[in-house]
Amino acid sequence: METLALLGEGFATSLSPLNLMIVILGVTAGLFIGAMPGLGSVNGVAIVLPLTFIVPPSSAIILLCAIYYGAMYGGAISSVLLGIPGASTAVATTFDGRPMAQQGKAGLALIAAAVASFVGGTISVVLFTLFAVPLADLALAFGPAEEFALVLMAFTTFVGLGGDDVLKTIVMICLGLVLSTVGLDLISGQPRLVFGDLPGFYSGISFLVLAIGVYGIGEILYTIETSRSAPSVTPAKITLRELGAGFKAMNRMWKTMSVGSFLGFFVGMLPAAGATPASLMAYGIARSTSKKPETFGKGNIEGVAAPETANNAASTGSLLPMLTLGIPGSPTTALLLGGMVMWGLMPGPMLFIEQPDFVWGLISSLYTANFAAVAINIALIPLFVWALRMPFTVLCALVMVLCIVGGFAPSQKMHDVWLIAGFGVAGYLLRKADYPLAPLVLALVLGPLMEKSFRQTLIAEQGNVLAFIERPLSATFIALAALFFVLPLVKYLRKGGRQSIAPAE
Amino acid sequence: MLVADRVIAIAIMGLSAYFMWHAVELPVGWNGMTGGPGGGAFPFWLSLIMMLCAGGILIRSLKEEATDQKFFDGVMLHSVIMVVVALFATIALIPVVGAYIAIPLFIFWYIKIYGKHSWILTACLTVGTPVFLFFFFEVTLKILLPKGVTEPLFFPLYAMFF
Repeated sequence: METLALLGEGFATSLSPLNLMIVILGVTAGLFIGAMPGLGSVNGVAIVLPLTFIVPPSSAIILLCAIYYGAMYGGAISSVLLGIPGASTAVATTFDGRPMAQQGKAGLALIAAAVASFVGGTISVVLFTLFAVPLADLALAFGPAEEFALVLMAFTTFVGLGGDDVLKTIVMICLGLVLSTVGLDLISGQPRLVFGDLPGFYSGISFLVLAIGVYGIGEILYTIETSRSAPSVTPAKITLRELGAGFKAMNRMWKTMSVGSFLGFFVGMLPAAGATPASLMAYGIARSTSKKPETFGKGNIEGVAAPETANNAASTGSLLPMLTLGIPGSPTTALLLGGMVMWGLMPGPMLFIEQPDFVWGLISSLYTANFAAVAINIALIPLFVWALRMPFTVLCALVMVLCIVGGFAPSQKMHDVWLIAGFGVAGYLLRKADYPLAPLVLALVLGPLMEKSFRQTLIAEQGNVLAFIERPLSATFIALAALFFVLPLVKYLRKGGRQSIAPAE
Repeated sequence: MLVADRVIAIAIMGLSAYFMWHAVELPVGWNGMTGGPGGGAFPFWLSLIMMLCAGGILIRSLKEEATDQKFFDGVMLHSVIMVVVALFATIALIPVVGAYIAIPLFIFWYIKIYGKHSWILTACLTVGTPVFLFFFFEVTLKILLPKGVTEPLFFPLYAMFF
C-alpha cells in the first residue's frame, strides 16, 4: 500500500507539464534513434546526454529514460521495414518481422511490435515497482565489503554469461578499470596515470568521453564499413482495419507476451545479459511452445511479439539494479548511472530515502513513457517510413558533429574531444576484433566504486582480506562471482573448444 | 583476421606495459601502515592481468590456422579512413579557426564531396547546423564553443544575446 501511495505522489511529479512534455519529446527522439539502422538506445543516450544540460537534472534523467524506452520500441521499425535490426536488441524481431513485411503485412507487424513492446514494458514496470522498495531496503545493509563483492559479481557475469570470448572479456574489464583510475588517487589524492603530466588527465577520464567515442564515433565508423548500399524501405500503411486486426491478433497471445515479459525482466537485470539475449530466448521459447513451430521465421506474428515484449521488459529490468543498488544492468543504464552521478543524484538505496520525489517521479514516468511510446509509435509510422529514406551520409555527418560538440560541452576542454576521437577509432577496431565493448563501459563507470569499496574495507579491517567473506551477504556475492568465473572454464573443459552464443547487448 | 588479432593483442600488451610503467610511480604493494594496497596497486595489477590475457590471445592465435576471412572490407575501408582523417582534421582546426568554421567545413565535405548530395541539401545543413549549435549551446546553455581567430566576429552577437 505504501508503494502505491509513493507511486501516486510520483505521478504528481511526472504528470507536471514540463515532465510530460519531456517524456513525449524523449520517446519521439528515442523512436527515431532506435529506428535508424546502427543506432540503438545506448548510442542515443550517449549522444544526447550532453544536450540534456538544458533541463533540470531530475528531468534530464526522465528524458534519457524516455529515450531509452523509445529506442527499444523504435528498434523494431527498421527490423520490419529494412530487414536490418535498428539495434542489436531488435535482431530477433527481423526473423519474422521481415517476412511479414515482404508478404505486405508490414503495418500489422509494426502494430504487433508496438503493442507487444507496450505489454512487455508495462508488465515489467509493475514488477519494477514491486521489487524496488524491498531491494533498496536490502541494499541499505550494504557496507563497502558488500559493494565490492557486488561489483565483482557484476563483472564476473560478463565472463560467465556474456557469451563473448573469455580472455577478450577480461581484457576489456581490466582496461575499463585501469582507465577509471586515471586522475587523482581516491584515498591519497596523489596524481596517477597522468601520462606525462597532461593536465587534461588530472580530472580523470569521464564515462561520457568513452561512451561518445565508442558508441558515437566508433558505431558510425562501423556502420560506414558494413553498409555498402542503401537498403530498400518496405512501405507500410496503417489503416483502422489493420489496427483492429492487430489488436485482435495480439489478444490471442497473452501467454507468449507474459512469458516474454517475465523472462525479459529477470534476464535484463543481469549486467552481462540484457535485451538482446532476452529477446532471442523469448523467441526460442515462443517457437518451441507453439503448436505450429514451422510457421516461425516465415512471418508468424507471434515471432514479432515475443522478442519485442522481452527486449522492452529487459530495458526496464536493467534499470532496477541501477536505481536500487547502483549497479547498472546494461551499458545504457551504465550511462544513465554516470549521468546521475554527474548531476549529484547518487543511485543506490539512499536515493530512495533522500530523494523520494525524484525516484518515484522517475518510476511513474516509465508508465507514462510506455503510453506515450505506443501511441506515438503507431501514429508516426508513416513518418518513420519517410525518415528511413534519409541518406546515411546525412545521418553520419550530423551524429559526428553532435559527438564533437557534445564531447566538448561538459568539460569545455579540447583534450576530451581528442580522447573521443581516439576512443572512437580504438572502439571500432576492438569491436571488429570481437572484443566486447559493454564490459569496458561498465568497468569505467563502476571502477571508482570498486576501488574505493575495496580499499575502504581493507583500511577499516586493518588489512584483513578475509573481511570480504566474513560477512554473509558479501560472502554470498563472492561465491556467486567465483561460480560465474569458473563457468566458462567448465564449459571449455567439457567441449574442449571456444563457445559462441549470441553476443550481449 | 588472424594478423589483425595478433596486432591488436600485441598493442594491448604494449598498452598494459605502458600503464604499469606509469602506475609504479605510486606504491603498488601492500601498505602496512593503513592496511590495504597502495595508490598504484589497482592500475598496476589490473594492467598485469590485462597483459597476461592479451598474451593468452596472442599465443592462441599463433596456434590457429589462417582463414580467408579479411579483417577489413577492402572497398569500404577507404571510406572509413577518409572519414577518420576528416574527423581528426576538423578537431585540429577547431582551436585555430573556431568551431563555426571547422564544423561547417566538415559538413560541407561530408555531404557534398563525400556524400555527393545536392547543393540545396548541402547549403541547408552547412548553414543550419552552426546556427542550431550557436543557439543551443551558446545562447541557451551558456557554453562557449572555441572560436580561435574568429572570436572578434562574435562580439556583436554576444552583445545581442548576453
